[in-house]
Amino acid sequence: MRHLLAIEGMHRPQIASLLDLAESYVLLNRTGKTPRDRLRGRTLINLFFEDSTRTRTSFELAGKRLGADVINMTVSTSSVNKGETLLDTAATLNAMNCDLLVVRHASSGAPALLAQKVDAAVINAGDGTHEHPTQALLDALTIRRHRGSLENLIVAICGDVLHSRVARSNIHLLGAMGARVRLVGPPTLMPAAAERLGAEVFHDMASGLAGADVVMMLRLQLERMARGLVPSAREYFRFYGLDAQKLACARPDALVMHPGPMNRGVEIDSAVADHPTRSVIREQVEMGVAVRMAVLDVLSRVGANA
Amino acid sequence: MTDLLFVNVRLLDPASGLDAPGELLVREGHIAECGAGLGRPDGAATLDGEGAVLCPGLVDMRVDLGEPGGEHRETVASAALAAAAGGITTVAALPDSKPAIDDPALVRLLRARGEETGSLTVLPYGAVTRGCRGEELAELGLLREAGAVAFTDGAHAIGPARLMRLALTYAAGFGARIVQHPEEPTLAAGGAATEGELATRLGLPGIPAVAEAMLIARDIRLARLTGGAVHFAHVSTAESLALIRRAKDEGLRVTCDTAPPYFDLNETAIGDWRTYAKLSPPLRAEADRAAVAAALADGTIDAVASDHAPRDPDDKRLPFAQAASGGTGLATLLGVTLAQVHGGAISLPRAIELLTVAPARLLGVAAGTLAKGAAADLCLFDPDRIWQVAAGALPGKAQNTPFDGRALEGRVIGTWKAGRRVFGG
Repeated sequence: MRHLLAIEGMHRPQIASLLDLAESYVLLNRTGKTPRDRLRGRTLINLFFEDSTRTRTSFELAGKRLGADVINMTVSTSSVNKGETLLDTAATLNAMNCDLLVVRHASSGAPALLAQKVDAAVINAGDGTHEHPTQALLDALTIRRHRGSLENLIVAICGDVLHSRVARSNIHLLGAMGARVRLVGPPTLMPAAAERLGAEVFHDMASGLAGADVVMMLRLQLERMARGLVPSAREYFRFYGLDAQKLACARPDALVMHPGPMNRGVEIDSAVADHPTRSVIREQVEMGVAVRMAVLDVLSRVGANA
Repeated sequence: MTDLLFVNVRLLDPASGLDAPGELLVREGHIAECGAGLGRPDGAATLDGEGAVLCPGLVDMRVDLGEPGGEHRETVASAALAAAAGGITTVAALPDSKPAIDDPALVRLLRARGEETGSLTVLPYGAVTRGCRGEELAELGLLREAGAVAFTDGAHAIGPARLMRLALTYAAGFGARIVQHPEEPTLAAGGAATEGELATRLGLPGIPAVAEAMLIARDIRLARLTGGAVHFAHVSTAESLALIRRAKDEGLRVTCDTAPPYFDLNETAIGDWRTYAKLSPPLRAEADRAAVAAALADGTIDAVASDHAPRDPDDKRLPFAQAASGGTGLATLLGVTLAQVHGGAISLPRAIELLTVAPARLLGVAAGTLAKGAAADLCLFDPDRIWQVAAGALPGKAQNTPFDGRALEGRVIGTWKAGRRVFGG
């Protein structure tokens, strides 16, 4: 693995070994005994063309716990020609001999474009509506820790699937690991040919959640309402917001997940989001650091020609 | 100018149905004689074609020349080099330049710029609306008088139904066609690829393929209502072609062209974020590609145009959704069309008809024939010679070919404009 640009195309053994490695980092993180020499002398640059405090912080922490020198660059997206900035930035980073480049960009395919131009290993930290690979890995790790395996689990991914890179990465990863994926959301927020990605499509929560082992909520960008894809927040919450009543359709022990940040009262009710046993949303954040450590670890070995 | 006698060539002139070995004599820039057993006049130079095909210089009815306003991408002079290498001697130039060709003086300027090259006739389209902004009609009559061959807003669809009705009605008074970019603009806004599984996987905003047929269906009804003539450019879907086929059967003044990408490539060409394959309309599903190829044979498609759209690296080295759409096409027009001949979809005479006399008739010009007395605009090509398309090594300025790496059978050996060799040799 030279870069981590997408989950699509990754195979089960590759994913499983990343999750196994991440699992070991969970324990090391909890005991504070992370191998700080693992990435000593390596430079990790967090290149964010979109604001995202939590993902950036997670990568920063992951890099530091492995001893890398971490630099954060947040590039203004207000500049007129984003693409020029992108490739100019790539040339600059190349000159700095960066080893690991974490990229978040509003355009699908931007990290792939960068990967063609830089020597560093590129990690996609979310590109447009394409993929968010480390989010899917951390979600899988979280589920695996609760259920032992992903095999044959029913996972309902709910909400704005159309614009969700988290959903796309999860569809590919969960499918590769043998889980059954359902997509639940209003037809205006469902991508064309969604079922061709290997998922079942539902437009009502009751049937979409029936018997589900995991309920994965997606963030609804409030701008979607401005574009008329959803008439109002209250209508959205009425039909697609996860509350105790809708959650009751899932298995009694179903896990509730959310990639964050949450819009409470829009896609998820606080009582569910903060549920002490069902919600694993905070645990997802912890798994995020471990998964990112595993990814940095694996990619840095390739970079060193090991 | 000395006489020039082509010998040992396969004469191919779809306008007259001629397809036979023979000779062709050029005198004073015109075709003097054409046929078998011509004598060699005193002092005539001889060119042995070694069995290659000699056909009329190609007529390309849809070209963005880059000029005026986009000279960093292409100029009339650089496009003329690419055209000559592609066997093309006449092009119709799109008017959505900067400024748009919405003034008679600009029509005359473009014609003159073509004449300056000495190798390429430039037939300007006039803008349908001022500035190609889709609001008020341009001075169609004055543009026509200055030499505009037809009217179009280029890459911009004429969206409002009332405006299209007005344009069709008014242009009909001057006997001119309206050339439509058939894509329902509100459905297409912001899209980067044909809506479907691939666009979903790549996370690209989609344009439903039906956006094309919708505008075509509307405009066919407007053609019926007004008696006007509408021509649909770069038609790319099976549904669109079915509508056009029916309109033709009904006797409406409806015609269309397509461009090589739409019968040679499908949407999978944009995999790995290849922005050179980002076109407008976007590449389609395989079933649509196959339908376009079939419509070349059955006559639903009237002409093949290159849809040459020069872009520079700064337009294309961008994330896919931000990259400009459009591909070059002059140098590859013949080769990619001949792939349909080699693949058995159409005959060689049909391919050449689609590239010569058919577009010339649509444009209302006398080009595209080997008739006695016609200008000696000629293309000599070997239909079997193999070459490989390489972005970066194409003639002309723009290099953004969607066919990069494509191996083609059929290469131009020489191009003549009014009897003067402008390519090869």
